Amino acid sequence: MDLYQELILEHSKRPHHAGLREPFDAEVHHINPTCGDEVTLRVDVTGEGEDAVVTDVSYRTQGCSISVASTSVLADEVIGHPVTEALETFAAMREMLTSRGKVVGDEEVIGDGVALAGVSKYPARVKCALLGWTAFTDALARAGVDISNRASVPATLPTSPQGVQS
Amino acid sequence: MTSATAPFTDRELAAIRGEFPVLTRTVRDGKPLVYLDSGATSHKPVAVLDAERAFYEHHNAAVHRGAHQLAEEATDDFEAARETVAAFIGAPPHEVVFTKNATEAINLVAYAFSNAAPTDDPKDERFVLRPGDEILVTEMEHHANLVPWQELARRTGATLRWIPLGANGALDLSSLDDLLTERTKVFALAHVSNVLGTVNPVTELAARAHAVGALVVVDACQSVPHLPVDVASLGADFIAFSGHKMYGPMGVGVLWGRSELLEVMPPFLTGGSMIELVTMERSTWAPPPQKFEAGVPNAAQAVGLAAAVRWIERIGLERIQAHEARLVDALLAGLADRPWVRVVGPERGTPRGGAVAFVVDGVHAHDVGQVLDDAGVAVRVGHHCAWPLHRALGAAATTRASFAVHNTLDDVAALLAALDRVPVLFGLDVEQGPAAVELTHDEPATAGAS
Repeated sequence: MDLYQELILEHSKRPHHAGLREPFDAEVHHINPTCGDEVTLRVDVTGEGEDAVVTDVSYRTQGCSISVASTSVLADEVIGHPVTEALETFAAMREMLTSRGKVVGDEEVIGDGVALAGVSKYPARVKCALLGWTAFTDALARAGVDISNRASVPATLPTSPQGVQS
Repeated sequence: MTSATAPFTDRELAAIRGEFPVLTRTVRDGKPLVYLDSGATSHKPVAVLDAERAFYEHHNAAVHRGAHQLAEEATDDFEAARETVAAFIGAPPHEVVFTKNATEAINLVAYAFSNAAPTDDPKDERFVLRPGDEILVTEMEHHANLVPWQELARRTGATLRWIPLGANGALDLSSLDDLLTERTKVFALAHVSNVLGTVNPVTELAARAHAVGALVVVDACQSVPHLPVDVASLGADFIAFSGHKMYGPMGVGVLWGRSELLEVMPPFLTGGSMIELVTMERSTWAPPPQKFEAGVPNAAQAVGLAAAVRWIERIGLERIQAHEARLVDALLAGLADRPWVRVVGPERGTPRGGAVAFVVDGVHAHDVGQVLDDAGVAVRVGHHCAWPLHRALGAAATTRASFAVHNTLDDVAALLAALDRVPVLFGLDVEQGPAAVELTHDEPATAGAS
């Protein structure tokens, strides 16, 4: 089956940038209530407005290989990148994951995220792959970043945010 | 003459399978469907589909209303369905209330407690909860038999307590005397666990509860379709079950209650059908069961459920039970041969329901289920609406196979064969048992631009 690419299994077994670190601007806890998967995610942002940069994303996760791998890819793709770029990456990931197999994803934009393209053919698993990403955008918002124009979280999002502002 | 527990012959089983149209379809690129998720919802035999369709084609009318012939026939069909379902659980018809599902049936009882308003006079003290009163549940409950009681406690100031999970998938009854006391007004528990398959000693526990004056509410969703349930000998005051888990349609469930309790119990939903007299100021209630069936009822679904009951009776519930027990035993034996699989619930040989849940250490249940699905094997993954139970088990999620009468030993073999792909795909060392794939990562930072 094409869902479990070797790259996904590698990320899920040894997720990059895992663990919860200081300093951070906001911490959120998101749950996928249908299966009980959880992620606690911290984001650290420096700079303001267009100059804002994601200096760190740290996380602790308990979930399936898809949700762990997707969060690992998230950390790879956004740490050290401008917030504006990170939000574009999120939008590209979301477009691919919700495309029901129509969008394969651009490696230039989402990096190893292209290995998750197969997830979009399994609607029940899309929420697994989006868990870390929606937690990330929620954390950005709680850190004071305006995400409204770029990555507004759709009302139908399957995850339950339990935000902790720090 | 076939004995009550004689195994189905291959021919009988093929005939049973032939009554389920869905079993002829394929899934995931042409693979035969191996449906092992009947604990979530069962498939429906043609007899049930036909009964529901026939109601709409020949009688369809709002029951208990109207003087025309169709209304009479629809009402007769609906009440005949009540008689059929009632007889199936050994109850008189007026003790059976049709609801949307078991969840609504349990909420009906929970809200009846809080709908006993302080201004009602006279009121039955058994349905009045105050701060200091207690509601007892168990740690293995489905959310449907937990959350309504949490909410009732919140509304009334009563205290929610629970019997913890013990060894071998059973309740830990060592502290029962402290948990079930004169303060306990209601005790709600599952007859058969939807995850563990544990069969709880309801009769014994109900007797203990009655000795302290508590009412007993039993979630019978996983028992009524799988083993003979007789409300007279069970000893509960209320039982709830869903039609769609017992070969019946979605959208119909049953609350059974002792008639003397239904008589004094306040209604849950109010409106049409359930009234006796209505003025602009206030209303009085129809006698049960109508008091608890507000609005135009789900007559077509009730008729379908009655057809499901007749279908079960034609096959023989005891034979179904024996058949499913053989499948459960075969699955437990197969899983025992795989040291990388950990079954939750009672060990092999203990009487249990039609569900077997397990953990593949190091691989999340979602991933296990996906691999099985790829082979056409449909199971349930996650916490199965029993999140606190999973916390008690120390498992974030489990994979659950649950059986129905149409399942076969070939289905068990298909599940085991598909399961054997899991360690290959996820790189488990099957020789050493549980592998070292960590799902919770807490190590310090190894990279990053901070």
